[in-house]
Amino acid sequence: MLTAYYHLLLRDLRLALRSRHELANPLIFFVLVVTLFPLAVTPTPEALQTMAPGVIWVSALLAVLLSLDRLFKLDYEDGSLDQLMLSPNPLMILVLAKVTAHWLLTGLPLVIIAPLLGMFMSLPADAVSVLIYSLLLGTPVLSLVGAIGVSLTVAVNRGGVLLSLIILPLYIPILIFGANAVDVASDGLPVTGQLLFLGAVLALALSLAPLATSVALRITASR
Amino acid sequence: MLEARSLECVRDDRLLFNDLSFSVAESEVLQIEGPNGSGKTSLLRIICGLRQAEAGQVLWQGESILSNREDYYASMVYIGHLPCIKGDLTVLENVRSLLDTRSLTLASAETEAALTKVGLASYEDVPGKALSSGQRRRILLAFIELSRAKLWILDEPLTALDVQGVALMESMIMEHKQAGGSVIFTTHHGMQLECEMSSVQLGRKARS
Repeated sequence: MLTAYYHLLLRDLRLALRSRHELANPLIFFVLVVTLFPLAVTPTPEALQTMAPGVIWVSALLAVLLSLDRLFKLDYEDGSLDQLMLSPNPLMILVLAKVTAHWLLTGLPLVIIAPLLGMFMSLPADAVSVLIYSLLLGTPVLSLVGAIGVSLTVAVNRGGVLLSLIILPLYIPILIFGANAVDVASDGLPVTGQLLFLGAVLALALSLAPLATSVALRITASR
Repeated sequence: MLEARSLECVRDDRLLFNDLSFSVAESEVLQIEGPNGSGKTSLLRIICGLRQAEAGQVLWQGESILSNREDYYASMVYIGHLPCIKGDLTVLENVRSLLDTRSLTLASAETEAALTKVGLASYEDVPGKALSSGQRRRILLAFIELSRAKLWILDEPLTALDVQGVALMESMIMEHKQAGGSVIFTTHHGMQLECEMSSVQLGRKARS
């Protein structure tokens, strides 16, 4: 069961590394949105610092949302998804492997580049480290919850709008607590509560989302 | 081994078949026949547990496949219309990743022997996107050969295959039957199997 997880994870990583241009898309989107923002408003350090948590978190959320479509699309189109569903291994383990690959390829690069953008938006050092923690806890939830939406819409042509409608309401709590943690940290206040909340949501998503996704995939395939 | 009990399938408000029952024993080859749109693919997907039948059930070794997916999937292999081949992976990696879904890690000698058998001997390191559609289907033949499944469910296995490919598929089915395996397949091409074959007719009044 673990080897099935490991093999599928490796396969997805290998596939992604062989089409690198697609790999860079979410990261470029994230960097572009955050760097364009100061050009459009008065870029005083105070103003930037107030906006930074929201701007960075919203951009990260949208970058993940835009990349979700690829999670099951290619496997659905070439029939590999059928083969995954006919695997003797539990489907939720395979789903978890695909979501892990998705996070490593989109969420993790965002977390790595975020400190640079935080400093760029003149966030204080404490707030930058909280930004890293909040994204580290929050982006896996975005991938996990997103997978449920993708598995429901993968058979729909141009399901992008539908996907956003299904997923965005579920993303909002993550956005609120993630951005709020950074905001509070830049005022020098403790953020344990927000980070614990994000951690709890991550634990919940990690245990329930793969199950929900595998059920949704079976429903999609049965049509 | 496999038993279908009074299956019913409705697609877009059209009844494709109802009260369809049949069974497949060891060493049995079953052809699903019927014109386009008569529900052959739907029937195969129901047998695989990918699609839900409106009524009836499919049993594997006497147990419903839906409550016994693990055992059932470990002993069957399904090939549909779609190629399941990744253009960015090489032939060898494609076969490996298909086998990985079944948790089969085989010795490279065995994999190479299967690739030689299906005529892809010198193509191990060629990426999938550089292959013709017939060659992609041949990767699937290697996968079936290596899958160690007792039951083969093949949806139009002869698509895109040349004359030698068709002959190869026929001989693989014969060998599988002789080894005690079962095959359920659909085809519009003439498959000349020198053995007894049962059939299920769709599109008219269904009979077993």
